[in-house]
Formats: sequence, structure tokens, C-alpha cells
Amino acid sequence: MSPSKSTTKTLPPWHEILLQVLKANQVRLITYVPDRVLTPLISAVHADKFFTVISPAREEEAVGIVAGAWMGGVRGVVLMQTSGFATLPNVLASLAVPYQIPVLMVVSERGTLGEFNFGQAMVCRTMRPVLESLGIENHTIARLDELEFIADRTIQQAILTLAPAALILSPLLTSARTTRKGAAQ
Amino acid sequence: MNTSAFAPGNRDAAKMMNRADLCKRLVARLRGDEAIIGGIGNTNFDLWAAGQRPQNFYMLGSMGLACPIALGVALAQPRRRVIGIEGDGSILMQLGCLGTIAAQRQKNLTIVIMDNGIYQITGGQATLTGRGTDIVAVARGAGLAQSAWAADEKDFEARIDRALAEDGPWLIAARIDDKPPVGQTERNPARIRDRFMQGLGVTR
Repeated sequence: MSPSKSTTKTLPPWHEILLQVLKANQVRLITYVPDRVLTPLISAVHADKFFTVISPAREEEAVGIVAGAWMGGVRGVVLMQTSGFATLPNVLASLAVPYQIPVLMVVSERGTLGEFNFGQAMVCRTMRPVLESLGIENHTIARLDELEFIADRTIQQAILTLAPAALILSPLLTSARTTRKGAAQ
Repeated sequence: MNTSAFAPGNRDAAKMMNRADLCKRLVARLRGDEAIIGGIGNTNFDLWAAGQRPQNFYMLGSMGLACPIALGVALAQPRRRVIGIEGDGSILMQLGCLGTIAAQRQKNLTIVIMDNGIYQITGGQATLTGRGTDIVAVARGAGLAQSAWAADEKDFEARIDRALAEDGPWLIAARIDDKPPVGQTERNPARIRDRFMQGLGVTR
């Protein structure tokens, strides 16, 4: 099941790797609208004084906060699930892209590979076409051994090119060891 | 907030003022380095017309996000006073942000709501504030205890002075007329953003 059993054994879990990548890139502001899959990462950033953590009512708000913070000199990221991303096309098209603000997004991918929720399955199909049509760099991460490289390089490129970017966390990365019943809520 | 003796208790009791005039008064009260986020449309047109400053950010889209953007700036630069100016139609789109700001207890942040009860730029259709929603009551309910209507121009200035001197977050609501804006913001997003960052002393 796991794509690279020999390497995954020696690597920390995905949320620890991602947290270290955020730290290494001085991404201090974490904003999120909760998601079951992201829970270990959310708990870890709450427990770590390096980060300022805000959970606003909507993903749009989180993008606004991260955009403002970046203009003020602090790097931030928005954590969300697929359905949350579906609320963002307007703010990405009218704030992050035209103003050239590197809003970083981490999306836990729902709606595929065993989804039970019809709504999630539908919005999952809209996510990549929206990102592509807005010209937003995005990568789907499915393998633990590729996570650090992809996340680190994507964040660096976003900042250097003044462009928003999205990291999509596949269930292959985040849920590979859970049973069917324990699937994401 | 310990409101002044003249503080109107609700929207109907507040004097109807003028957005361009209030923007001029606001800019005149600044000490120099305060950041201002001007919400989409007529709000930032009149802010622009009140005198361009490198510490002003003018929104050409993302309706409803002046307050979240202002919160982000305030978080990043806690020593700088930050003001978000938003119209009634815009804030109605993103009421949750009032709760976010309250929960964050952002001391250096002030929200100014310019409320004429209409979507002026799209043809004057009524917003919910023209039909019974009181933004100050909503803000207080969201946890922003220091929220008040400005009774008149002098009261507006006094509230701005206090908000720039004492711990927030503050929300000042101004009832305004339906006069058109007196200017129009230059439409160059990248330049607006770049100038704003220079105004905030940020080099990327």
C-alpha cells in the first residue's frame, strides 16, 4: 500500500515534516479552518510558540489575514480542506494574484480515494481546474519521501516570484494507514 | 466603550454625514505612520481622494476583506496602528471577521464602517443595514465591546483620536449619505501593493 515502505519507516510523520518546513521558511502565521485530517498539524502548531495561530470563521478571511500579514513582513499559510478551497476563487483572483501576494495554501484533499460525502466529491473536481485557470502553482503530495522537497521548494518559489501557491495533501500521504472506517471527517 | 454622553444608541439616532468629508477628517487626525486598508469601491475612492499615502492599501476586489487584511497587517506590525475602513455592504459579507478580531484582542486595530444603507456603486439597492441590521449591535454581539456609532463629525474625530491612543480593538460606525465619491483610485494592484509595503518599511 505504502509507495515506499523502506524510506517511510525512517521518516517522521507527514505533519512533523511539514511543520519543520514551515519553520525553516520562517512561515510564522498559521491560519486554518479545521479539518480532521489536518488535526495533528493543527495541534502541533498550537503547541509551538514559534507560530501565531488564528482560526477565523471562513477560509476567505484567512487569505485576507495572511495577505495583510505578508505585506506587513510576516509569512503565513492557510490550512483548509477541499471544500474550503472551493470558497476561494474570488479572493485569489482579485487579491492574491493581481496584487502579487504569495499566499500559501495547504489543502487536505477530500473527495477522492474513498470519499463518502457527495459534496466533497464534487468540489474536489473543481479544485485543480480553478488553480490551473488562475495560473496558481500547485502540487499534489502523495509520498512521504517527497514531502519536504516539494513543500520547501514550493514555498521558496512562491515568495521569490510573488505568487500564491497550493500544496494539496493526498490521502495517500495523510491517511494511508487509517482503516476505511477511520477515514476523514 | 465608555461612550460619550452624546453617543447615539443606534443607527437611526446617528447624524448622517459624508464619506469624503469623514475620510479627510480621518487622514487629518493621523500622526504619520498609521496603516489604512480601504475597502472595495467608494470607500477607498474617497480614502484615495483624501490624500494618497504610502501607508494606505486600496482594495480593487476581494469584497469584504478590508478588516481581515487590516488584522493581518496589525498582527505583523504590532507597534503600528492599523485602520480598516469598510462599507456596510462589504462588512455584511464577512461578519465572522468581527468575531475573529474580537477573539484576537488586536490592540492596535481600529475598524471604521461607512454605512449608507445602500449598495451605492451598483445602483443604490438597499443593504441589510438599511432594513434593520445595526452594525454596532452586531459588532458588540461578536465580542467587540468598544464599538459605537459616531454622533457627528466632532464625535467621529474624538473617537478616532481615542482609538489611535488607547488599546483596541475599536469599531467606529458612521452613518453617511449617498453622495458619490470625489475621486477614483488608480487601478494598478501591483503598484498599490509595492508602495504599501514600502510605506510599512517591509523589504521582501
